[in-house]
Amino acid sequence: MLRKAWNKQAEEIGNQVFFISRFSHNVFRKGFEWNEFLRQCYIIGYRSFPLVAITGFILGFVMTLQSEPTMKDFGALSFVPGMVAVSIIREIGPVIISLICAGKIASSIGAELGSMKVAEQIDAMEVSGANPIQFLVVTRILACIIMVPLLTLMADGLAIFGGYVASNIGGNLSLSLYFNKAFSAVGFSDLLPAFIKTIFFGFAIGFVGCYRGYNSNRGAASVGLAANSAVVNASLWVIVIDAIAVQLTNIIVYT
Amino acid sequence: MEERLHIADKHTENIVVEMQHVKKAFGSNEVLSDINMQLKKGENLVIMGRSGQGKSVAIKCIVGLLEQDEGGLKVFGKEVKDLSENELKALRVKVGFLFQSGALYDSMTVKENLEFPLTRVLKLKDAKEIDKHVHEALEGVGLVNAIDKIPADLSGGMRKRIGLARTLIMNPEIMLYDEPTTGLDPITSKEISMLIMNLQKKYQTSAIIITHDMACAKITADRILIMDGGKFIAEGSYEELENSPDELVSSFFK
Ligand SMILES: Nc1ncnc2c1ncn2[C@@H]1O[C@H](COP(=O)(O)OP(=O)(O)O)[C@@H](O)[C@H]1O
Ligand SMILES: [Mg+2]
Repeated sequence: MLRKAWNKQAEEIGNQVFFISRFSHNVFRKGFEWNEFLRQCYIIGYRSFPLVAITGFILGFVMTLQSEPTMKDFGALSFVPGMVAVSIIREIGPVIISLICAGKIASSIGAELGSMKVAEQIDAMEVSGANPIQFLVVTRILACIIMVPLLTLMADGLAIFGGYVASNIGGNLSLSLYFNKAFSAVGFSDLLPAFIKTIFFGFAIGFVGCYRGYNSNRGAASVGLAANSAVVNASLWVIVIDAIAVQLTNIIVYT
Repeated sequence: MEERLHIADKHTENIVVEMQHVKKAFGSNEVLSDINMQLKKGENLVIMGRSGQGKSVAIKCIVGLLEQDEGGLKVFGKEVKDLSENELKALRVKVGFLFQSGALYDSMTVKENLEFPLTRVLKLKDAKEIDKHVHEALEGVGLVNAIDKIPADLSGGMRKRIGLARTLIMNPEIMLYDEPTTGLDPITSKEISMLIMNLQKKYQTSAIIITHDMACAKITADRILIMDGGKFIAEGSYEELENSPDELVSSFFK
């Protein structure tokens, strides 16, 4: 029983490695699908923009409201903008936004490729002599690698703005003063590791979505299954990569 | 009977597809147990059999979408599973495959669907030339005015015809039709059957046609094979099989 489960797991890992190698084999191949790539960037950015923007804004808004009373007790109210900015940029922004993207992007890629698979469209592409990995998978994974970091940066900015709005309730704090305070606390060593991390999150989201969709079983029910397992697995990947990334950053940057 | 001996005697140069003792199982589900067949150049071969007998699986092996577990499968004299990636691609350009569902790309318009193999596989660049091919292909299936529609807005019959146009745009030497007329009205079915005949006459296209539609079989078949239990159990012309003493065989013709 245990052995069977283990074998299945090992086979799964093997398949994923094989899929990654097929992806990387096709990235640099002649005939890159620029149009499809740009279309995917647009779709991914456009579809996730409202959700990500609202989330980012509310994150900063809520964190500020939550921490102000405590900080006030310590007489450290003026640290709030910097503290919020650092925690958003370093950790909360990348992770929360990537988890949201896992829900939004990985599921839609999983469902789209899954339904193409079920309707034999991927087979049709392959049989015509075209390269479905290059057209469908490479473009989507690369689009995620580009768009998830950009969406995160945008959400970070909106979160700090949200913090400003929260601090400013009833007051008349100047926006530029607030941003000055916030950004003076943020160093390059906060921003860069976080940015690099989101590139990997983007890869994980695109890869898992494509893998689940591309390898979904026959039958209409498997489309839903592909979308669902894409979200679950992409979220898991994001969290695991985050844990590894934090360790690495600590070793490289802070020692 | 005479006809069959004649085929067996023919020199192998005229054989474009050959399957010998092909076996295929999915887990414990043995689908093909011993498949033997030959497709001659320019021949329309009809395969019939109940649903779920593995007809689709058999023709998917021919284009390397599935790989047989055992046995030999040669197309144009070459073993398919030994082909390199590029050779397989070259083979797929010469073999057209019409899927049961049409398999149009949902996210593209009809025009983009037809352009896809031209730009991706034949690497055509000239917009005028591409347009010309697309129009010709759509004229061939009588659907020029559907050019800017998306697949979701097409009826089942139209999808199949567009799927056919997308396949034929590549001028394949072998066509594999998976139930080309299933689910269509009799008039459209007849049109598609006639189209298959025209291709054979005009381009000497060799074809395997999987169908349950007796009208289609009667129009198109040079030879019919009947599949059951993962094997071919009968072979002959339409007339021969129609009068077969075997109950399963003759039951198709009622
Ligand atoms: N990719 C696949 N994976 C697992 N089982 C399959 C696959 N393709 C077909 N089968 C099984 O093979 C059998 C034959 O299917 P098919 O060739 O589609 O039948 P038909 O003769 O109606 O075309 C069915 O039992 C089907 O479930
Ligand atoms: Mg079938």
